[in-house]
Order: sequence, then structure tokens, then C-alpha cells
Amino acid sequence: MDAKIWREYKRFAKKIQIEIVKMIASLGVGHLGGSLSLADLLAVLYGGQLRHDPKNPKWAGRDWLICSKGHAGPALYAALALRGYFPMEELETLNRPRTHLPSHCDRNLTPGIDMTTGSLGQGASTAAGIALGHKMNGANNRVFLILGDGESQEGQVWEMALFAAQKRLSNLIAFTDYNHMQIDGLTAEVNDLGDISAKFREFGWFTLAVDGHDPRAIHSAIELAKAQGKAPSLIVLDTIKGEGWSASAGKVGSHSRTISADDLKDALKELEAALAAFGE
Amino acid sequence: MDIKFAQENKTDAKEMRAAYCETLIEMAERNENVVVLDADLMSAMGMKPFQAKFPERAVDCGVQEANMIGVAAGLSAVGKIPFAHSFAPFITRRACDQIFISAAYARLNVKLIGSDPGITAALNGGTHMPFEDMGIMRLFPTMTALEPTDTAMLKDILNQIVDLYGMFYLRFVRKNVIQIYEQGSHFSIGKAVQLRDGRDVTVIASGYCVSEALRAADDLRSQGISARVLDMFTWKPIDVEAVAAAAKETGALVTAENHNVIGGLGSAVADALVETSPAPMEKVGVQDEFGEVGPVKYLAERYGLTASHIAEAVKKVLKRKTR
Repeated sequence: MDAKIWREYKRFAKKIQIEIVKMIASLGVGHLGGSLSLADLLAVLYGGQLRHDPKNPKWAGRDWLICSKGHAGPALYAALALRGYFPMEELETLNRPRTHLPSHCDRNLTPGIDMTTGSLGQGASTAAGIALGHKMNGANNRVFLILGDGESQEGQVWEMALFAAQKRLSNLIAFTDYNHMQIDGLTAEVNDLGDISAKFREFGWFTLAVDGHDPRAIHSAIELAKAQGKAPSLIVLDTIKGEGWSASAGKVGSHSRTISADDLKDALKELEAALAAFGE
Repeated sequence: MDIKFAQENKTDAKEMRAAYCETLIEMAERNENVVVLDADLMSAMGMKPFQAKFPERAVDCGVQEANMIGVAAGLSAVGKIPFAHSFAPFITRRACDQIFISAAYARLNVKLIGSDPGITAALNGGTHMPFEDMGIMRLFPTMTALEPTDTAMLKDILNQIVDLYGMFYLRFVRKNVIQIYEQGSHFSIGKAVQLRDGRDVTVIASGYCVSEALRAADDLRSQGISARVLDMFTWKPIDVEAVAAAAKETGALVTAENHNVIGGLGSAVADALVETSPAPMEKVGVQDEFGEVGPVKYLAERYGLTASHIAEAVKKVLKRKTR
């Protein structure tokens, strides 16, 4: 990938992070950490890897994106608004009465959200069902699934892992946002996930592990996953929870936290400097 | 409704699961979106003929009910019409949150089939004996909860719900039941069927208890008590009009269900009753107990679900009747 495209991805990721922070700050509290850690992945997906049409969110030929860690809704909303699914001003309605942007993803409320998620582990199975349905229909739509690492403590994720391999759902490309943290602490200390790639590989998946903040690596991994065509794919993204703002990066408390007016100023200063550093 | 009653109430020659399988095959032949899912009970449910005919549309998930419901929800999201089966306790209790969030809350179109409800779990015993499945399903917004009485009703209901978008839960025994209706009968979901008319009391029954209620009504008639009998196969939405009419016209009610009386048919009828035309009522059913192992006849006695239990409840409620 040439440097120009890489800088475009990074700039898109920083813009997503800026909108996440602003949206959560507008209400004062929200799921910050696990939203920020997804920005680079979403930049790659909405920046080119996902076949989609913001003017026609239900386009039959689209690739589907299921964010099973449904609390990362703000990250998706930022990406969707930046791609023109709905006006940017709507982002500040997050979690307000009658909003189209609820805390957790809802397929019936938000243009561009393909599945309702929020009860952890469940998006894994619905994504597998959607992938199976496309196969039954002889359609070539791909299904992208985003799992959390804490979420992967749910048994349902592993039920799906067996099932998707058994049904050879090669149109399913999953990601684990391995940010090493959950609400109660480090995943390694609460209930260690260990080597997620090795576990899925043993289940029969095509697996890769990459730096989740390097769009080049994410892009290349998706290309490899698309090309192999035999098994479902899992790309484990090594990420930092709360990445992008020094006050939240690598902090367990960033899962759901407050953002004051001063915090917002501080965060924007850092994020805008980072954005500028990736050039025009 | 266009209902023909069976001349005599004897055991249906066809098993419920055979009627289920042949109806699913018919529906799948005319609608390419019909798919079935199971959690390692495809053969126990008699679905091998479907699987042989439509191998790509019979999804055996193995022993994973939670994943099965999520997969069903996902299939629905791309336009399929999934019928997902397991034993009644496992599909409702075990995959409860998956039904709620992935399917119902997401406004998807999944048909849930729970087999061997209540005492019909028989030799599988207490672990497999759900007296709470309908209560759980009744609490989910948008869910329609049904207990088809015999093969004629099961076939008709399946043929209706395949074209009705939304969440449905059906509970029925896999094996043979007493035949109440002739084949070709047509039922209205949400409308009770009056099987006997009567003046003194109304027995509102469902599933296993329907044929028991008919026997009770016959016994009571010989004792000079005239009992109306309703087959309330739809528990949600409950037929409020039929309950109100029964209260006004007969002045006393008895419900009879193969389920816990808390949260089940008796509760649904009582809700309708107090909001329309309050009257004395007794509830025949499982009195907030767990299941246990044994043959159906033993369990019917053990949990008080027989014709004589219903007749006793009628006599009890008549003593409370004031008009």
C-alpha cells in the first residue's frame, strides 16, 4: 500500500476518534475506551474494504458489518456519519430521548447498522446466520464481525466458532478487538483469553494477528482473508483500549467514563495534532 | 374459523411430529425461504424426511441452543423464515436472552418450536419438564404463544404463521395426542374454540388438558352440571372476548393447563377476567412445583391435571358462585 492511502486511513481513524470524543462529551458520559480502540479497523472498513452505499444502507449487494461488542456503537456512528449515512449534527443526539443513536447498536434505529447487539456474544451467532443465509442464497456478500476480547469470555462465541467452521463460512471475516481490558480489569487477570488466534485456528478458522492500530496491516490481513475462500477468518487486532487520548489510553477506567468540557479540550488538542501529523 | 369436530375423541393415528415434518416439507416446497434449525434433535423430532429433501435448508447446529437462535435470527435478517426446534425447556429457558435480544428485540421473524411440554416430557424427567416455557415467552413483547391441540390444528397454525412476520412460540408433544378436530379445520389465532356449550360454568383448557376437560364436562353433565368448554390454544394474545362472555354467561370459570398456574394460562385468563367481568375462578395446573420422572398418566395424577381434578375444581368454583 502506498503511503498516501495509509495516511488517508490514519486521518479517517483520527476523525472517527474526534467524533467519538465529541459525541460522548456532549452528553458527558459514554463507552469511550472500546470505541476508540476500533477506530483504525473502522477506517479500513469504511475507507475501502466494505462494499456499501451510504445513500442506500439496505443495498442488497452490500457487505454486512455486525459489531457484536454493541457498546462500541459510538465508533460506528462516527464512521457512518463521516461517510454520509446521516448528518454529522445527529451525533450529538447520542443516548438522548428518541435518538437514532442508542448506546448499543440497533438495526431498526440507525441507517447503516446491520444488527442489534449489546448482549455480549450474540452478534457472533447472528453474523454466522447472516453469512449462512448469503451462502444459501448463492450471494457473494461478505459478513464482517467485530468481537471484543472480554466478550469472548462468553460461551456463545465458541459455539459460533465451532459452527462457522463446520459450515465453512468463508464469507465471514471476524475481528477480535484485543485491547486486553474489560470492565473489572485486565482480561489476563479476570479470565484470561490467552492466544485467541491459536484457539480459533484449532477450531478450524483461518487466523491472523496484526497491530490493530496499523491500517496497512489490517488492510493486508483482510485481503488475505478474502483470498483464502475455504474457512471463516479471524483477524486478531492487538489494540490499546482508549487509544488516541493519553488520559484514556491503556486505562481500565476508560470503558465507560465521563468527559468534562476541559477533558474534551484536552482530548481534541491531542487528536487534532495527531490528525495534522498525518498530513493533508 | 371453519372448524369441524372429530366424531369421537380417540388417539390420533398420526404423531404430532409427523404432521410437523410433512407440513414443513409442503411449506418449503412452495416457499424457498423456509428453513429449519435444530440442536441435535432433528431425528428425535422426526425431521429426517425434511433433511433428506432439503439438505441445504435443514441446519443442525449440534448441541448449541443459544447459537442456534442467533443463527436463526441472522437467517431471518436476510429474508429466510427459520423454524427452530428443541425440547421446550431448552429452547425457552436455555436460549432465553438470545430469543429476547437477537430475535424479538431486533424485530426479526423466527418461529420457535418447543416439544414435549410439561408432563409430556415424561421419562426424560424434571430436567426436561417445562412448566414455565409459556410464562417466559408470554413476557416477551411481540411474541405470540400457542399450544396447538392436535395434528389438524398444528398443520393449520403452521400454514398461517409461515406468512405472518414476527415471533411465534409453539409448544406441543412429539407423539400422539387425542384428536379433537377433523383435518382441514381452519383456526383463528387469538380466538378460542368452543367445544361444548354450557350454562353453569366455563372450563378454559389448552393442550393436554383439552381432552381431559371434555371428559370432565361429560361427567359433570351426568351430575346435572352444564359446563361450557373452550380450547384456548392461544395464550398470548388471550381471547379477552371469550373470557368476558364466559364470565357473563356462565358466571364461573376453571382453567386447566399443563403448566405452572403462575404465569401460564390461568394467569392470562385471570388478567382478562379482572379487566372485563370479574367472576369466581379456579386454576387447575401445576401448583408451582418442579417436574419429576414418570409416565404421563402417573404425572397427570401427580400434578392434578386429570378430568376428575377439573370436575372437582368446577364443584369448588360453583360454591363460590353468587349469581
